[in-house]
Amino acid sequence: MNLATKDIGQSLGRFVLTTLGVGMLLMVVMAMGGIYRGIIEDATLLVNVIGADLWVVQRDTRGPFAELSRVPPNLVHRALTVPGVQASREFVFHTVQRERAGKPFRMAVLGLSWPNDKGDWIPLMAGRPLRQNHFEMIADATLEFDLGEKIKLGKETYTVVGLTYNMLASGGDGIGFFTTADAQAIQFDVPGEAVRLERSSRAARGTRFELAAKQPSLLEFANKPAAELPQIARPQVSAVMISVLPGTNVQTVAEIISGWGDVSVFTREGQRELLLKGTVEKVRRQIGLFRMLLVVIAAVIMGLILYTMTLDKIHSIALLKLIGAPNSTILGMILQQALMLGALGYGIAFLVGRKLFPLFPKRVILADDDLLLLAAIVLAISILSSLMGIWKAMKVSPNEALA
Amino acid sequence: MSPLSETTFANVCEQDVCAIETRAITKIYGSGNTEVIAMRDASMQVKRSEVVALLGPSGSGKSTFLTAVGLINPPTSGQVLIGGELVLDGSVAQTNLRTFRRNHIGFVFQKSNLIPFLTAVENVQIAMELAGEPRSAARHRALELMDYLGVADRASNLPSALSGGQQQRVAVARSLANRPSVILADEPTAALDGARGRQVMDLFAKVAHEQGAGVIVVTHDHRSLDVFDTIYKMEDGLMHRAEKP
Repeated sequence: MNLATKDIGQSLGRFVLTTLGVGMLLMVVMAMGGIYRGIIEDATLLVNVIGADLWVVQRDTRGPFAELSRVPPNLVHRALTVPGVQASREFVFHTVQRERAGKPFRMAVLGLSWPNDKGDWIPLMAGRPLRQNHFEMIADATLEFDLGEKIKLGKETYTVVGLTYNMLASGGDGIGFFTTADAQAIQFDVPGEAVRLERSSRAARGTRFELAAKQPSLLEFANKPAAELPQIARPQVSAVMISVLPGTNVQTVAEIISGWGDVSVFTREGQRELLLKGTVEKVRRQIGLFRMLLVVIAAVIMGLILYTMTLDKIHSIALLKLIGAPNSTILGMILQQALMLGALGYGIAFLVGRKLFPLFPKRVILADDDLLLLAAIVLAISILSSLMGIWKAMKVSPNEALA
Repeated sequence: MSPLSETTFANVCEQDVCAIETRAITKIYGSGNTEVIAMRDASMQVKRSEVVALLGPSGSGKSTFLTAVGLINPPTSGQVLIGGELVLDGSVAQTNLRTFRRNHIGFVFQKSNLIPFLTAVENVQIAMELAGEPRSAARHRALELMDYLGVADRASNLPSALSGGQQQRVAVARSLANRPSVILADEPTAALDGARGRQVMDLFAKVAHEQGAGVIVVTHDHRSLDVFDTIYKMEDGLMHRAEKP
């Protein structure tokens, strides 16, 4: 006869509610692990999926994911001259915040190096990759755009031609993919009045130069658009991505580029490490500590529940001892109840979590390793938390049945 | 070795006829200024099939005696023999008391003391399963015992659904489960009305005579003393044999 299930059957409603409570608590522990995995995944997503072997960034910076990085666009061509380089692409990445339907709306803008990169590598759930140099975009599903929807950003209007999924920046913002030129246009967009003021200012500055006094024709160009002035550099890009030829040693190419005085270079693994040890590190530690705290709280709560359940049947335990039940029978009853509570709580956490986690604003990834680890932790805390109840039960004298 | 000589009691109660024998058992609680002698030199012999009543006012030491004989609360000195076997020599156990209790002693209490989360039949069955009886055999005998005690129709009810008398019958059935040589009952009729109390006392007599167990019943109920073969009284921790009314 299984005393554990008999006892539970007697107060089934209370046990179900208790198990639900433990399940919800374990679900929070599970969610913490999933959020951590999600942050790691989001942080390293671009580095992993873009597939660049090397990242060339502004000298002494840690790249566009960690801080502001500016490199000249002609770096793409310089990089191509390095032996072993197969391709190099511009990388533009920044975040914009606008208003949409009266609510704040954030989007990470990523520039694809047209025409080499049309976004063919982006996993699409609907639509197509980019087909023209301007005014098209691919949007992550979390941005909640519809296919064919037109979005006004700056002075231009962009059409959503493709929808992708799980393409999030490390901050959790959905990514919008544009051509590099469009991404820069969005980044450096200024109102017309500001453009006119800058041109007048440029002309006024020119008049103060002696050269303009000697050659007044120079001033004729001063208030023309910046793109028409060769003296003014094109907008800079965030980084340049390099792919090396098959069989080429990546480190060798990196060493050559790192010899250039204006840039720093990172391998894919290096950029990934920087991301994890930089922006994500504190969040990782915070979540890790919070998760540990929750595990301790879960253990304490389970311990108290099992202790209370033991106290509730202390008279029955004394009676069992009186009629000769060995300690192993009583210990087994409490331990089985602890394991049932832990196992059912874990099952509830898993099942409810799987339904609930996709609704979270940030990605929650349930990795098999994490689930197994949590199962082992739940098993351990089930056993540990039953100790207090077992201790109490072992102390009970059969005499108490006579009281 | 107890200060009492084995020869003092030798052959007084043979193993095949003696269910219980206590030899000058004394129980002292506390020490020094707080010392209380709850029971002094209590000696009793109960033969198989004999029903013994133990009378006395509250605090006279009846329950102390019963818990000592029941191997729950060992005496400070003296000996307890069950079925002729020395089980307690003073406070020193001569065997595994819990196992011995399980196999040789049945208990019935003032309150029915059934396990609330087990049905009536399971309350009887559990005693046998703990003793190693296979589940189906235990179930079969539990139902037989309940039939014998007239509560078979309530077998699947939880204790909370049974009347006081029915609960006490189930408790008696449980006490008989492992064919004990001794049944100890502590005021088993205290919570019952007169008629039901009488039924339970008759039940003890029936069980003792038919099952061959030695039965000690602690009681205040003087209306049923005719049921008992022998009567003992306790007062201020001292025990003596009394005449039947």
